[in-house]
Amino acid sequence: MANGKPNEPQDESKRRFLKYAGTAVGGLVVGGVVGGLIGANSKAGNEASPAPSPSGSTPAAPSDRDFNQALMYFNQDQFQTAEAAAERIFPADDLGPGAKELGVAFFIDHQMASAYGMNARDYMSPPFHPGEAYQGYQLTFKRQELMALGLDALNEYSQDKFKSKFAKLTPENQDAVLTAFETNEVHLKGVPAGTFFNMLRALTIEGVYADPLYGGNKNMGGWKMRSYPGNQMSYFDVIEKEGLVKLEPLSLHDHLTS
Amino acid sequence: MATKLPKTDVVVVGMGWVGGVIAAELTKAGHSVVGLERGKMRTTSDYYHVHDELRYANRYELMQDLSKETVTYRNNEKIAALPMRSYGSFLLGDGLGGAGVHWNGQYFRFLPYDFQIRTKTVERYGKSKIPDGMTLHDWGITYDELEPYFVKWEQMAGISGDPTTTEHVGKMSKPFPTAPMKETPGMKLFVEAAKKLGYHPYRMPSANLSVNYKNPDGIERAACQYCGFCERFGCEYGAKADPCVTVIPVAQNTGKLDLRTYANVTEIVHDGKKASGVRYVHMPTGEEYIQPAEVVVMASYVFNNVRTLLLSKLGKPYDPKTQSGVVGKNYCYQVNGASTAAFYEDKEFSTFMGAGALGAVLDDFNGDNFDHTDLKFLHGANISFTQTGLRPIEYNPTPAGTPAWGAAFKQASIKYANRVLKVSAQGSCMPWRHHYLDLDPTYKDSLGRPLVRMTFDFEDQDKELVKFLAAKTKEIADQMGAAKTEMNDKLSTYNIVPYQSTHNTGGTIMGSDPGDSVVNSYLQMWDAENVFVCGASVFGHNSGYNPTATVGALSYRAAEGVLKYLQKGGSLA
Repeated sequence: MANGKPNEPQDESKRRFLKYAGTAVGGLVVGGVVGGLIGANSKAGNEASPAPSPSGSTPAAPSDRDFNQALMYFNQDQFQTAEAAAERIFPADDLGPGAKELGVAFFIDHQMASAYGMNARDYMSPPFHPGEAYQGYQLTFKRQELMALGLDALNEYSQDKFKSKFAKLTPENQDAVLTAFETNEVHLKGVPAGTFFNMLRALTIEGVYADPLYGGNKNMGGWKMRSYPGNQMSYFDVIEKEGLVKLEPLSLHDHLTS
Repeated sequence: MATKLPKTDVVVVGMGWVGGVIAAELTKAGHSVVGLERGKMRTTSDYYHVHDELRYANRYELMQDLSKETVTYRNNEKIAALPMRSYGSFLLGDGLGGAGVHWNGQYFRFLPYDFQIRTKTVERYGKSKIPDGMTLHDWGITYDELEPYFVKWEQMAGISGDPTTTEHVGKMSKPFPTAPMKETPGMKLFVEAAKKLGYHPYRMPSANLSVNYKNPDGIERAACQYCGFCERFGCEYGAKADPCVTVIPVAQNTGKLDLRTYANVTEIVHDGKKASGVRYVHMPTGEEYIQPAEVVVMASYVFNNVRTLLLSKLGKPYDPKTQSGVVGKNYCYQVNGASTAAFYEDKEFSTFMGAGALGAVLDDFNGDNFDHTDLKFLHGANISFTQTGLRPIEYNPTPAGTPAWGAAFKQASIKYANRVLKVSAQGSCMPWRHHYLDLDPTYKDSLGRPLVRMTFDFEDQDKELVKFLAAKTKEIADQMGAAKTEMNDKLSTYNIVPYQSTHNTGGTIMGSDPGDSVVNSYLQMWDAENVFVCGASVFGHNSGYNPTATVGALSYRAAEGVLKYLQKGGSLA
């Protein structure tokens, strides 16, 4: 890397970023831009997947205990229900881990406690009218309310049908319950079953594949299964290659240098 | 009580592409400009952690906060409009640079045919070809008149593209300033297949730089790294042309731009003939200000250009019943949906790599490049294969019949994650008497002002277009050596839920007649000579292309108009 070149950006965070990006720094920084990132055409740009901690000062090594795995919104019962349901949506198999091992239920819990769970950036002003399907979501429920009511409904329906809580059912019976929700055959406490199921499905996929910083995709296990390399700074030198280019995945955590 | 501020030469409402171009050109000419942006400040360093699909693509980090302001929507006048409560069909930009920050960078000049679409359609097919209710409209400017402004924009942004163009597009007086982007294995398959069929593919012109580039204003930017995070993301390299790394710094360097963020313009202040300035609210404090100016430039997105005129009672509101008035008329969108996915068994592709404007395209079935005599639609689409960088939350392709969840879904979605290439058509959208924008009678924004209401649906014209173009995408995909292909050729009722396109157009259309347009060919308002309304809201219809090239060229044209007006005054038409 040509880090010794003159006229490096003076801003410290910018400098670290460029170092991470594996690109050489040229002479000119213009218009508030990270200008002169020449890596593209120089030898220095060849390191498309730089070492995770270029500064040599690595964030603390992961211990066996993941302190992020605790609850922000769910109670334990809701957590277990969500975990069991997510595992059926994205089960463990020969290809690799399922939703449970990937921490998807923690992801969902954390999302429900976030601005997203509270619809902070959605238009939630009245009046509310049902409207046509093609006019989109028109319910008064916030996502976290719909989630809590939906999980309760999963258990209630499981009790009615199979005399047990959802998490204790056989996988086959869990699938039958989820299918009944998906196809809107369930009518409990005014919970829109299909809408709840679609939200749970979408959150499960997000929890499998979002950056591990959000609590799911543990150890980038979701990405590894499909050879997705995560947060890479440049594919300049490999994008023309035939076939699937396999790279060790990087997360945003790898991007944070001290 | 609003605070009255000192007068400026020009006040610009909205600091995206249009506002940036106008601020740069006017300040370079020595005029003082106040730029009002309702969102926050943005710089490249905000994007050092931008490779975050959840935050930017799924939670819409860069988009307008809908809790404060949204649009309402209905398919036709018989039903009640309801608010778009969360994002779906299109994404509204916010903050410095606006939607110009999170675009893909796909760059296409509209066709010569587009600017004179009514005249050319009647010439070739006769008046009866235009169906009843289609308000087809000439733009009051020709391609040749607009050509120099396209060149200007291309030099500023450093557009990367093939040095020669096909016969299907307008002539270029100057080639693109930088070489085309790289060619991926998927692009090669598409290009070879299209050529075999006798079509004319070319490399998609790109606002993501293929090489390092210094523009005529002295702005230097770095080459694209193909990281795959363009659409919905900002570019940490400044490789994607964006107002914050091109025109806005040029304006700032003159010392003549007074840029104010969180400044939400609520009204153009006027006496019925001329504007005296604008009223705005500083959103964090709620303080109100009046900014007097010689010239007011409306440079916000389509919906807010229309809404601000209507709320300010400037211009004549369009009435679909009487066919009178113009503000809100000819709202158009983009007709997507025609596509074919090619599934491979023995081949994999690194489709997670890419750039927003990396791809190959053809225009053999765009505009009037083919005979429409026996077809039940006008115009067409461009057909493309793009490699924009497929991300894992969004992109889980499975063959038809695969369940949406469970073991079979997991297996198929992982198997095909790197084994599908898609050929798609981006269709044009024609204007209709009953597609328009007006003020919603019920729903309000966080300041208590009516939201804009959109009345729109897909027509038979659009369904026929999709059916025809889908067959062409399949024809090409079938030549790409896949194990199987799956075509989509159905278009149903317009649905605001799934994402489709952020190419909304119309509502303040340009033209040569004050009776059927809001602005003239300099984007100067017929009803108020010192108000210029700019952006895709001036389009008479939407072409089979991304709109930014044409928005950009018209911005340079408008900047010239504002300069002329400041020198001489009066109507420029």
